[in-house]
Amino acid sequence: MSTETAQEAPPGTDLDFQAEFDARIAADQRVEPRDWMPEGYRKTLVRQVSQHAHSEIIGMQPEGDWIASAPSLRRKAILLAKVQDEAGHGLYLYAAAETLGVDRADLTERLIEGRQKYSSIFNYPSLTFADVGVIGWLVDGAAICNQVPLCRSSFGPYARAMVRICKEESFHQRQGYELLMRMMEGTEGQRRMVQDAVDRWWWPSLMMFGPPDADSPNTQQSMAWRIKRDTNDDLRQKFVDMTVPQAEKLGVTLPDPELVWNEERGQYDFGEPDWVEFKQVISGAGPKNAERVQRRRAAHEKGAWVREAATAYADKHSAREAVA
Amino acid sequence: MSGDHIYSALSEEHGGDTRWAFGTGFTDALAGVDTTLPEGVDGQDLALYCQMLGDDALVQAQRLIHWVTDAPELEEEVALANIALDLLGQARLLLARAGQADGTGRDEDAFAYRRGPSEFRNVHLAEAPRGDFARAVLTLLVLSSARLAVFARLADSRDPVLAAVAAKAVNELAYHREYAVSWALRLGDGTPYSRERMVAAVADVWPLTGEPFATHPVEARMAEQGVGVDPATVREEVHAVLTQVLTTATLDAPAPFPESVVAGREGAHTAELAPLLEELQQVARQHPEATW
Repeated sequence: MSTETAQEAPPGTDLDFQAEFDARIAADQRVEPRDWMPEGYRKTLVRQVSQHAHSEIIGMQPEGDWIASAPSLRRKAILLAKVQDEAGHGLYLYAAAETLGVDRADLTERLIEGRQKYSSIFNYPSLTFADVGVIGWLVDGAAICNQVPLCRSSFGPYARAMVRICKEESFHQRQGYELLMRMMEGTEGQRRMVQDAVDRWWWPSLMMFGPPDADSPNTQQSMAWRIKRDTNDDLRQKFVDMTVPQAEKLGVTLPDPELVWNEERGQYDFGEPDWVEFKQVISGAGPKNAERVQRRRAAHEKGAWVREAATAYADKHSAREAVA
Repeated sequence: MSGDHIYSALSEEHGGDTRWAFGTGFTDALAGVDTTLPEGVDGQDLALYCQMLGDDALVQAQRLIHWVTDAPELEEEVALANIALDLLGQARLLLARAGQADGTGRDEDAFAYRRGPSEFRNVHLAEAPRGDFARAVLTLLVLSSARLAVFARLADSRDPVLAAVAAKAVNELAYHREYAVSWALRLGDGTPYSRERMVAAVADVWPLTGEPFATHPVEARMAEQGVGVDPATVREEVHAVLTQVLTTATLDAPAPFPESVVAGREGAHTAELAPLLEELQQVARQHPEATW
């Protein structure tokens, strides 16, 4: 807030706004961009929504690498459409972030300069075509578990973007699973590819829910603001419970010797992901961190002259129209 | 939608959802279309003709795919992916038709993945290197303008499959051309540098612009029988379109299309096609017994 408005505002106004905001959150009503919101709420949302947008954009790469070599034209079309959807998700989310007063161009700069994070899962390599199916099944599956509650997020534009995104993600998940089913019915080589991909993606998928609740500094406040609706551990459990029967139906083994049904809890017990690896990948030391960001930066820099041309053309033509 | 019911909404079937781009939602590309050969039409000729049109689309789509994650803006990645999807959809239908017409019953993938470069029938402009964004725009402008002119006539084909494919494709191709035009104008009449890039793109691409209008004997016979279109008949119309676009973009009026012999349509290709196909076919060829 600028000094000028602070001087104009009588003391206590912020408190009134705060009370109204708190009441709105308590009543489970949506906060809209023009509503007053605490600075911490706004900042938290900017961070979360823009990281989410970046994740969609960087997430195009691991699968995008297989579009050119997809082994049937149908799979090629499905994969191309999926990666295109991810670009679309990135666009809605940047638009949602812009309603909070940030600029998409600035968010892009933060991404390509490595100043802002994205989901650590995309820093793992996609080694075979089976990875396309497993990313759809596990990574999109985990994303859906994370995102479905966000459709009820307190911030209106984010919640509405998530409704559409979740629907499309569920398509992607089913397409991924369907590819894996098909591959498991195929040759021995294909079955090995699927199992190998499951072995590599299982633990990183569990890490997508973030650190354990005890180590998640932002969860408490985000839940109080109803930006987030469930804790990381709750969502992780939900994902495991949902996925184990799917793995059984598929005929693959999940690479966790501690994975076992707990009759008493009515849920699966499972092992602890390697949180040391998680922290390394988050802090930039994952197998593909540098390459992913570099690729986005290269595209952005290489395209600068095209964006400049579009701006110059628009300026000339609005000037000409003004004269006419 | 109520947030409480979102899980159930997610598990609903999405049958009849038209959101999917053409070319993704089907397994049998020609399901439900009358596939009888029109009377008096030579199946081998029709199969070759379908490969010519199908291969142009498939090879062009394969080039466009590489813009996804590499374009100047996210909006361009979405648009170019969309164009590639349309072309893939057209290719699938045309290649499936080729397998019916020649009596072999080969499916779309047999054509896409199990032919070598000398069996591909696309024109050289489709396989030409991707180049920079100006070159991509100009290539798309030329190919979409030529294909739109041919497909607009092909909608009256005596072959019911070609007529159906063309009727659907003309709307797609009109969008592809419109997209290319919008960027040709912005780049030509943008900054001095973008103009320079467009001038260079015209110089690079123009030598390849004659071939799409050179008539292969199969195209001539298909045109005579009311099944296909002789591309020479759209040459002037397409040139007029390009002249209008480039001059509006403040560039010089282009030279006439060069005279060209038939090359790609005969299976004679540049060195660019083999590596393009190697990438396209590598996984399928590594697993010849597999189903996907």
